[in-house]
Amino acid sequence: MADYKYILDVQDLHTTFTTDNGEVRAVNGINFRLEPGKTLGIVGESGSGKSVTAYSIMQILAANGRISSGKILYKGEDITQWNSKQMAGFRGRCCSIIFQDPMTSLNPVFTIGYQLEEAVLLHTDRNKAQARERAVEMLTLVGVNEPEKRVKQYPHELSGGMRQRVMIAMALACEPDILIADEPTTALDVTIQAQILELMQELQKKLGMAIIMVTHDLGVIASMCDEIIVMYGGRVCERGTADAIFYHPAHEYTKGLLRSIPTTANNGERLVPIGGTPINLLNMPKGCAFCPRCDEAMKICLTQIPEEIPVGEDHLAACWMNVKKMYEEGRA
Amino acid sequence: MSSEYLVEVSHLKQYFPIRSGFKTIPLKAVDDVSFSIKPGETLGLVGESGCGKTTVGRTLLRLYKPTSGSIKFDGVEVTDKNIYGLRKEMQMVFQDPYSSLNPRMTVEDIIGEPLDVHKLYSTRAERHEKVMELMETVGLNAEHATRYAHEFSGGQRQRIGIARALAVDPRFIVCDEPVSALDVSIQAQVVNMFEDLQKQRGMAYLFIAHDLLVVQHISDRIAVMYLGHMMELAEANELMNNPMHPYTQSLLSAVPIPDPETARKSKRIILEGDVPSPLRMPTGCPFRTRCKYATEQCAKAMPELKDRGDGHLVACWNK
Repeated sequence: MADYKYILDVQDLHTTFTTDNGEVRAVNGINFRLEPGKTLGIVGESGSGKSVTAYSIMQILAANGRISSGKILYKGEDITQWNSKQMAGFRGRCCSIIFQDPMTSLNPVFTIGYQLEEAVLLHTDRNKAQARERAVEMLTLVGVNEPEKRVKQYPHELSGGMRQRVMIAMALACEPDILIADEPTTALDVTIQAQILELMQELQKKLGMAIIMVTHDLGVIASMCDEIIVMYGGRVCERGTADAIFYHPAHEYTKGLLRSIPTTANNGERLVPIGGTPINLLNMPKGCAFCPRCDEAMKICLTQIPEEIPVGEDHLAACWMNVKKMYEEGRA
Repeated sequence: MSSEYLVEVSHLKQYFPIRSGFKTIPLKAVDDVSFSIKPGETLGLVGESGCGKTTVGRTLLRLYKPTSGSIKFDGVEVTDKNIYGLRKEMQMVFQDPYSSLNPRMTVEDIIGEPLDVHKLYSTRAERHEKVMELMETVGLNAEHATRYAHEFSGGQRQRIGIARALAVDPRFIVCDEPVSALDVSIQAQVVNMFEDLQKQRGMAYLFIAHDLLVVQHISDRIAVMYLGHMMELAEANELMNNPMHPYTQSLLSAVPIPDPETARKSKRIILEGDVPSPLRMPTGCPFRTRCKYATEQCAKAMPELKDRGDGHLVACWNK
């Protein structure tokens, strides 16, 4: 196996869906790298391509979707070239995913224990009894009380928070290197959300897996990510540390997003919404995807897609405004 | 008798019969809740799922018949008989803009339906004109009138729902999680619209939501519910800065703050366990099973909602 620094290295990934209305280009050339044990946050609105990016890594796209170009290197090997058998081994053991809705992502006709054991039996050489042991052990790890009793229960007997814990237990049962969490707390109440986020951070410390956190909630990623990627229209707008993104946003979309959320600081003031409606992926603008909603849009934004340029230490943004600023400062 | 309040709710109870084997047991969705709303005021109602906040909203409009308790609108007791007339004064905006609009009706007919019901026009032309006016108020284009709901995005659908509620020019609107299903950038548009409409028309809102930051932004006062009971009610900033009930405290600390600095510093009070089932409600205070201050007293009886000064109401034995 090749030497690697990054556990996951996504290079120029394009994912498209074929629909009756034409090609939908959901992901348009995104790049990111993930170091072992680190947390990457991907934020964006619906239709920004954040979930599709996650599904592309796992190769669990809908039947009409495909990775049209780009590479996904896992430990230096391009997994987009792997066959379905290799991918089946990849899922669960190398990389796991937890979904938004714990109500529908568990099978209602099998017990919790059966579903947990299934993953263990499939990916490890443990026998049935050992798998049952492992299931109980995992449930204890994720803080489910009375695990011996729970393994015999069905999903409908558990609350939403408990089900999401079971999902996490299942995802981590084979000790993957990467855990992808696709809106893991969106369907949960705030007090339960706090429990689950705390649990994920705790488990990361204990087991050392890398996490990709996909969410639309800026509050969720503010405290727990090493790096944040802001996506819009299937492209990366901006990337950087939480501090860089929140305190020195350098893309008009990120700025707009931060202005439009109510916080304790802007309480009493009028919110500043981003005008217009989210992008229609069937009808992508030629230039910057955010251009039709941007107040600062210039001529060049209409015709040319901006590249990501560094705007600070470990902080990149794809916005022509920064190029303009650089020119102005260079002349002055 | 006229009063200073537009909506007065006292000792409202809403039980739903649940069949369990041979027995029918009551699910106490709302248990003894009292509050009032002044004209032009926004009361925020927060709580976790299953706490009964939506049921309160729906019972106010008599979409459910309350088990007991009284609801007064403008000093008049709301009954089964007068509710049809009163719905000209009280309207509702629903959470899900996808399922609350009839897919087989055009936008014009959706918005015009309340006008039909209350016979608020004399000619077809007048109806059309009124609908156009409403669409303009909520920021929809006139050419959208002949389209169907599925042709719109979530934010636009919510605007249609709001226009429908505004059609009868109500004095009070129950907003049941009106922005929860919307994207962040669209949320701000709709929140601003609610605020503008209130300024123009002087309507009162009952704003139900689980996003505390949004509720704080829009509300004058905020009420916190837990398992069918009202736990705390106070002026919005007072509640956010000085929460007294242990449940409110943990709820506020659990809110993810979109600010890395504050998020790193803040200490979360993580609540143990889950919300108990409303069918197996704990005795006394419903929060005691998850409360770190719980004493014997808490198991015996539900504390009353008492004023702790300046209209800050708290229902807790230990505070």
